[in-house]
Amino acid sequence: MLKPNENMRDHERQRRNQKLARAASVLGASLRDKIVPADLAVRLLEAVIAPGDRVCLEGDNQKQADFLAQSLIQVDPEKVNRLHMLQSVLALPEHLDLYELGIAELLDFSFSGPQAARLARMVGKKQIRIGAIHTYLELFSRYFVDLTPHVALVVAQSADAQGNLYTGPNTEDTPAIVEATAFKNGIVIAQVNELVDKVPRVDIPGDWVNFVIPSPRPHVIEPLFTRDPAQISEIQVLMAMMAIKGIYAEYGVQRLNHGIGFDTAAIELLLPTYAESLGLKGKICSHWALNPHPTMIPAIEAGFVKSIHAFGSELGMENYIAARPDVFFTGPDGSMRSNRAFSQAAGHYACDLFIGSTLQIDMAGNSSTATLDRISGFGGAPNMGADAGGRRHASPAWLKAGEQRRSQQPGIPRGRKLVVQMVETFREHMQPAFVAELDAWKLAEFANMPIPPVMIYGDDVTHILTEEGIANLLLCANAEEREQAIRGVAGYTEMGLGRDARMVENLRDRGVIRRAEDMGINKRDATRDLLAAHSIKDLVRASGGLYQPPVRFRNW
Amino acid sequence: MENLKYRFDGGTPTRGVTAIVGVLGSGNLEVLVEPVALGGACEIEVSTAARGFGSIWQAVMKDFFARHRVGDIRVSVNDAGATPAIVSLRLDQAIETYIAQGKSKT
Repeated sequence: MLKPNENMRDHERQRRNQKLARAASVLGASLRDKIVPADLAVRLLEAVIAPGDRVCLEGDNQKQADFLAQSLIQVDPEKVNRLHMLQSVLALPEHLDLYELGIAELLDFSFSGPQAARLARMVGKKQIRIGAIHTYLELFSRYFVDLTPHVALVVAQSADAQGNLYTGPNTEDTPAIVEATAFKNGIVIAQVNELVDKVPRVDIPGDWVNFVIPSPRPHVIEPLFTRDPAQISEIQVLMAMMAIKGIYAEYGVQRLNHGIGFDTAAIELLLPTYAESLGLKGKICSHWALNPHPTMIPAIEAGFVKSIHAFGSELGMENYIAARPDVFFTGPDGSMRSNRAFSQAAGHYACDLFIGSTLQIDMAGNSSTATLDRISGFGGAPNMGADAGGRRHASPAWLKAGEQRRSQQPGIPRGRKLVVQMVETFREHMQPAFVAELDAWKLAEFANMPIPPVMIYGDDVTHILTEEGIANLLLCANAEEREQAIRGVAGYTEMGLGRDARMVENLRDRGVIRRAEDMGINKRDATRDLLAAHSIKDLVRASGGLYQPPVRFRNW
Repeated sequence: MENLKYRFDGGTPTRGVTAIVGVLGSGNLEVLVEPVALGGACEIEVSTAARGFGSIWQAVMKDFFARHRVGDIRVSVNDAGATPAIVSLRLDQAIETYIAQGKSKT
């Protein structure tokens, strides 16, 4: 007779075996090795998903398990209900249909970009319950602690009959999800674009995978990180010049991560031109945690870049990446292997600088992308844009930032990550980037969140960069100076106009605030001529024809 | 549409040749600078698609005049929703072009 704790120990395994037995009886002879025909996908899901199960539906920043999402909304809510969904990204309408159909009720996630407005409406109508909004690393971490999936529905490029999966360059979140599920009595189902005799490389070993479903259509994938150089403004060129000369060169930043957007795309396109002219090649920007941004091609070709580890891939960059295994992490098959979990950890612990944009910054330097009508979540920015308190290895940039901090707040010697928020003082339609109170407060009240959804906390931010200059918050002695430093680069926004002009001039004398001219930058030089590429076509040319932009970016 | 007018006295009469910079595309603006005898004043007329930003325009123009202190000049701005950063940049470019063209003529 089993002792009670042994009984408990076996419970989860028995539960999984019962589900697998149910699946075997439903599928019968249609199941060959691990392959399940697409038309039996819904029945398979009904057999292996029990009411109340935690289900991880792979929705990544780029690729989507869209066929499995479409199948999951077709299950009978009488049989499958009260699901607790775990998702990195809510990208597809089906991801929210699940709650309207009574199949799922609870959601833990990271980012909801394309579905942010609908998610906010559904939260308002109490159609959906949110456990928590995480960063990617937090959510992956919880898969190994208290949110281990009972069932994972993942996506890969191809599979063989034994269930070995080939993800291709967009490996993204799959390894983290499958590892947590497969080794804790869970069931893993993969949709694949094609079945092959032998996968080009094994990204997920077959014995971690229970079922493979050939999808009727290739999975959805978004080119999220492609920015057309034609849309970069002179103001963005000016800000990029200040970033390079006033921060990258100043600290000797070699290891970094760039956020998404035109501001950072401008920096990338100024590396082979402006940065090169300052003699910075080899002195800055050699190692990156970064998606394969097409706007990086000129800098790579100019020999600026030694390595890039990527969270995911980028549509159209496959052949270019394969031709540069000296820079990208590629497999024996020639294609890249990305990994969101590892790249996030790399960005957090092994990079000296994060630079990215935001929608709102308050007078303490807290920044947020939350607005009242959208619950957009965090993605990876909070992990990239945070000082890593657990970091112990030193680098020149990290030490210099730490030294500047200690000039105001004495303490034991330690370094500091550079976290830069780069914003124009007004966004389009004259929306001010600097505000007295973040919309995040109102959203927290509306959606009943325990804390306002802040993207990057003020005490993690070291520099704020606008078209008016750079505020170095490391050099501020107290909260009052900090506020005036922020106001001092807030331009003609209400916050900027409300500055204490004398105090701002004093901060400028001390080098806390630096204008373009203080850095030896002539604003008249900030023209689009400085960009190493002026169009997508220029990027194709710079890649030697290897970059193949998606159709929507081709205008020739 | 909103029309705004500003006048700054005490500038240095500045010779030049009528200059026009910028384009009237969304988020951008056109700036025309021309010589007019105004007793040393600088007059600025703004025609903008966005209403309700008078105080910001006032601050932008005040800073523009403080930077250049030009007189006997009329500046006409045709704005299609440009941010203050772009406005300041175009104003600076326009006045520099106006002065440079004046020099190359003589």
